[in-house]
Amino acid sequence: MATFENILVIGMGNVLMRDEGIGVRAVEELDARYRLPDNVRVIDGGTTGMELFEPMRHADCLIIADAVNADVPPGTLVRIANEEIRAFFQTKLSNHQLGLSDLLALLAFKGETPRHVAIIGMVPHVLENKLGLSAPAAEGLDEMVGMLVTELEKVGAGVTARDEVKSGHWRRQAELEAAESCA
Amino acid sequence: MAKRITVDPITRIEGHLRIDVEVDNGRVTKAWSSGQMWRGIEKILVGRDPREAWSYTQRFCGVCTTVHAIVSVRAVENALQLEIPVNAQLIRNIIQTAHAIQDHIVHFYHLSAVDWVDVTSALKANPVTTAKLAESLSDWPLNGPHEMKAVQERLKTFVGSGQLGPFASGFWGHPAMKLPPDVNLLAVAHYMQALDVQNLANKIVAILGGKSPHIQNVAVGGVSNSISHDAPSVLNIERLLLVKTFIDKLDQFVKSTYLTDVPAVGAFYLDWTKYGAGVTNYLSVPDCPQDTKGTVFDLPGGYIDGGDIKTYKPITTFNDAYFRDGVAESSKHAWYVGDKALHPWQGETEPQYTDFQDNGKYSWVKAPTFYGKRCEVGPLADVHIGLAAGNKLYAKYLNQAIGTLKAVGKLSDVPLVALQSTIGRHAARAVRCAVMMDTLKDQWQKLVDNIGKDQTTFNAPSFPKGEIKGVGFHQAPRGTLSHWVVIDNGKIKNYQAVVPSTWNAGPRDANGQIGPYESALMNNPIADPEKPLEVLRTVHSFDPCIACAIHMFDNEQQPIVKVKAL
Repeated sequence: MATFENILVIGMGNVLMRDEGIGVRAVEELDARYRLPDNVRVIDGGTTGMELFEPMRHADCLIIADAVNADVPPGTLVRIANEEIRAFFQTKLSNHQLGLSDLLALLAFKGETPRHVAIIGMVPHVLENKLGLSAPAAEGLDEMVGMLVTELEKVGAGVTARDEVKSGHWRRQAELEAAESCA
Repeated sequence: MAKRITVDPITRIEGHLRIDVEVDNGRVTKAWSSGQMWRGIEKILVGRDPREAWSYTQRFCGVCTTVHAIVSVRAVENALQLEIPVNAQLIRNIIQTAHAIQDHIVHFYHLSAVDWVDVTSALKANPVTTAKLAESLSDWPLNGPHEMKAVQERLKTFVGSGQLGPFASGFWGHPAMKLPPDVNLLAVAHYMQALDVQNLANKIVAILGGKSPHIQNVAVGGVSNSISHDAPSVLNIERLLLVKTFIDKLDQFVKSTYLTDVPAVGAFYLDWTKYGAGVTNYLSVPDCPQDTKGTVFDLPGGYIDGGDIKTYKPITTFNDAYFRDGVAESSKHAWYVGDKALHPWQGETEPQYTDFQDNGKYSWVKAPTFYGKRCEVGPLADVHIGLAAGNKLYAKYLNQAIGTLKAVGKLSDVPLVALQSTIGRHAARAVRCAVMMDTLKDQWQKLVDNIGKDQTTFNAPSFPKGEIKGVGFHQAPRGTLSHWVVIDNGKIKNYQAVVPSTWNAGPRDANGQIGPYESALMNNPIADPEKPLEVLRTVHSFDPCIACAIHMFDNEQQPIVKVKAL
């Protein structure tokens, strides 16, 4: 098995739009539940673009958790890796903002594509301006975290469960919001 | 025969901005700018602690995280009339200025250059003559023939791999592409170098902001950085000197490369000084506060009517009533209930979707006005305000850019009105970036000087009983950004963000006046309706940023341009 020196796990998405933020929530859970090897770095990428380019350049293995648009029902979990990822733009338009596909394309142009790239994604159920995940997405969260763990194992980075699970920032915020709306 | 062209999305992520134009005899005769996503994100803030609002507002947008954080705390501080320490002002100023520099560099080289640069043509360039041209224009050290040759080889490999990557989106060979191969290669070389350089600005933000992406150091009342001369975990001289090395490298790129490339490219597109003027009313807010109250600023703000700098009216403090009382937003042509223009403190965000109606409601973006006028915000506005206010930096760098334009284009005279155009908007952004560079150096020096006598960074806020209101503003990279907050018994009661792209991308207003994008598109030439490169050029010149707040990886391919005979 190939070994990797710098494994970068990025959670992408907007936590203020429920399931859109699934990627951020998934990497937060990954970090909360598991002790990760020293060569694994986890970033909450939010919806940013260029800020992530430099960390990506230094990674030889890149794992992205994100909400994805795909022609499958909401809640479906998908894994898209290496050749399957279109490291080019889908459109004939030049653009304004730099999304994930643009960053991957820039890496390719620079000749700095990580040796292994995988996207672990979930098709969102609900996109509305609230913090918490929808019930089906919350249910799928465990499996998504599991897919991240499997991916890490695949690249030689075994994780160990923490004795005590931490509570991530956005999980706490979502729980607070839910508690207030019930009250 | 007249045709209707719909470009959706106009930005590459998701369908957030849609542009429709009607074209007759090869010219745009009507235009509609439509935000395709509901932006009611402020509602999340209602009922929350105002001291935490910034950590949510910086998630509004994927590009401008930092600016939304800073403006949020300014709004709450304004409501409290809370003074903040000078060190906190300066640290925020350094962060926001570094952010602006990164944003401008990335916009020109990585987001919009492909509208003007034919990348495939760079393969036909001669690296030796390209280097000669580059070295005649500036003293940037990475302009030599070996550098140009290496970039061309890299490009060849890349194109040969069958993946055009970031360049696949261009309209290669489009009749509106005018640069000779050598200039195209020069632009591609600087595109690659800019990828390295922009990160230096990001590092400055990360060092002072504590984390990247998403800064952690702002607080209502100041910043959470503690200052010490030598303690390792806080802001000390060693870290500030590191910041200075990044500033110096950025400075060289911005002054010798960015500020040169835009007029050098622009010299081949002089036609584009005639298109894209837009509404020509300019609004900018003062920024880089120097005192605890926000009454002295390094960057001027104000309003200019009809493109005439003699009409300049200044905005001078964080409490300026001229700004505070002049802003309103209309939903008459936006998918919200109501048609009267409302002040942001009274702002409502009740959705009322109707489908796209040419003469009715057609956008999720509201239409802001300043005393009833549509305004352009952003670098073109900032340069006008800077000149009107007698700011020496704006005059200096505008003259430098004009000098390059004259030399490359062999022109004897360039009137100010040439700036009021699609290509002029890019020039204004390069000029502003150079001004930001000097401002950044200045804020850094002032911080270093000030911490010798004062280490305060935070004044604790306390919230009164009853209702208070505040507005915070910032001269953001895309223009005037303001957050409006109403606080009742220490909890947020109403929150509205009037963002730069709302000013520029808004639909028709309560009186039927068209917005800045729409106005700038009028009369643009369209060579090929199936490939409306000209529409993209004009809209992209504003640095559109409607794609706030959502970011999904799209694995499906959608048609983007639709053309319909009328």
